[in-house]
Amino acid sequence: MNAKSLKVDFLARVEGEGGFRVKVKDHLVTEAKLNIFEPPRFFEAFLRGRSFTEAPDITARICGICPVAYQMSACQAAEDAFGAKPTGAIRELRRLLYCGEWIESHALHIYLLQAPDFLGYEDAIQMAKDHPDAVQRGLRLKKTGNAIMTLLGGREIHPINVRVGGFYKVPAKSQLRTLEDDLEWARDAAVQTTRWVSTFTFPDFQRDYEFVALRHPDEYPLNEGRLVSNKGLDIPISEYEQHFAEEHLQHSNALHSALQERAAYFVGPLARYNLNFDKLSPLSQEAAKQSGLGRECRNPFQGILVRAVETVYACDEALRIISSYDPPDCPAIEVTPRAGTGHGCTEAPRGILYHKYSFDERGLILLAKIVPPTSQNLRIIEEDLTEYVSTRLHLPNDRLQWQCEQAVRNYDPCISCATHLLRVRIERE
Amino acid sequence: MSESTFTTVLIGVGNPFRSDDAVGRAIVRRLFGRVPLGITLQEESGDGTELLEAWKGTDCAVLVDAVQSGAPPGTIHRFDAHAEKLPTWFSHCSTHAFGVAEAIELARTMGDLPSQLVVYGIEGLDFSAGTELSPEVAKIVPFAANLVLQEILRLSAERAQLSNQHQTKSAS
Repeated sequence: MNAKSLKVDFLARVEGEGGFRVKVKDHLVTEAKLNIFEPPRFFEAFLRGRSFTEAPDITARICGICPVAYQMSACQAAEDAFGAKPTGAIRELRRLLYCGEWIESHALHIYLLQAPDFLGYEDAIQMAKDHPDAVQRGLRLKKTGNAIMTLLGGREIHPINVRVGGFYKVPAKSQLRTLEDDLEWARDAAVQTTRWVSTFTFPDFQRDYEFVALRHPDEYPLNEGRLVSNKGLDIPISEYEQHFAEEHLQHSNALHSALQERAAYFVGPLARYNLNFDKLSPLSQEAAKQSGLGRECRNPFQGILVRAVETVYACDEALRIISSYDPPDCPAIEVTPRAGTGHGCTEAPRGILYHKYSFDERGLILLAKIVPPTSQNLRIIEEDLTEYVSTRLHLPNDRLQWQCEQAVRNYDPCISCATHLLRVRIERE
Repeated sequence: MSESTFTTVLIGVGNPFRSDDAVGRAIVRRLFGRVPLGITLQEESGDGTELLEAWKGTDCAVLVDAVQSGAPPGTIHRFDAHAEKLPTWFSHCSTHAFGVAEAIELARTMGDLPSQLVVYGIEGLDFSAGTELSPEVAKIVPFAANLVLQEILRLSAERAQLSNQHQTKSAS
């Protein structure tokens, strides 16, 4: 038996629609491909001719899990083009809204999508039979994130309160304080999550990745920063296109991103953590240490642990923002459109999300470019699969299949930005 | 005890940017202003955890979603979630990792299902990117909306009757 093919037509427990195929011949992996059917390109086309004011709400529709990320990158790009920069309470509220999305998205991924992999269950439903308390904890954590989104965004999915320049309406201090009790519970639950996840067994796997994330001088990156990597990249986001290229590959509707001259790079929680550990709050650093993480982590399977640490951070940060909040005088700063190009890059739960728009003098969009985190991770995922399968060819197909799916889910791929295990086909020659 | 202690919700599920995937939401929208007070109409994207929240604490829920079982477009499927598991093809239309079928099974496992949960699946044809229903599916919307309305009125009436009986018993 010297050739085999692993094929998952539709991946389970990832956001959206995708599948993968790994072909093996003569004990060598000859092909590892993720097949993605993804719609962001459609959005780029129908943004043309729309007003800058519509970009945050239209792009938010690309994803039900990370709409805030789309809104934040879109706002930042328009503000960059028009020379506007919200500061103070408006900036803090944006950060708070982003914390809500991180808590919601990370809790979903940790408890419902990825924990079943590590505990040997087919899905969260099977896991809930034996671990009902954990599942309830995960759902309540997620709900706490939702509550921030509802209060600040107007509703929990696809928030409608964000605009270029700030918000349509800002909450009173007393309104924000209603979130505090739940957030304090959530912060404890997130610390408990790091302990729970640290008991999982992680496959021994790491590679020499180039991690790319935002870095800000004063804070763990959410809304703002320079693009940096562990291999020397340090650029303003306006230079993104000079360093990163997208390529269309026939097997995928998603464009694959690469760092020019250096190829694949890794975005998301692991990248943020490795490049910004010093900016985590003391409590989240302590939670990381207690769960056995060092200052650096190169095992993508431990991404779930880093997500848990980031959840602690997001709760901590949300509480900090709420306790020091005083409403801004105006919910938004004035923004006057002008012809030009603007760039936006913020840290979606899954990694950096880049937007670029060119506007005419009325602020109508002439050109839009959106690079979601998942398309930036596609090459790394394919490389991981190649190396992972190469060293585990002795495993039976069903075991290998399981672990390959797990290796893909490490990246929490949001392929709707878009699944389900419909059919798995394993072919051996 | 207040007069009406039972709650009813009608949930339309779908992605408005995936053509026929949004048929459940179109049906719910058609019923805005046509249901008695006390019945909540809600639109959801299909994220299972949101669905768990949407029917939490309700006695009675009706959910409408698009499906792809291979039946002719516009075919209406009906399931009583307490009497049966949803067929495996039900969740395959979801673009979400944790969709309708998963939410129902998780709620069943954790004892969180509403007392009544009826699920309608409307067979879709076109799930590509777009904001319009295909003509084959659009033409079934008025009929399906009426069917769903009758169901929710019947279920509400049954629950009201049960509730009244309970109050009468408590009073005596």
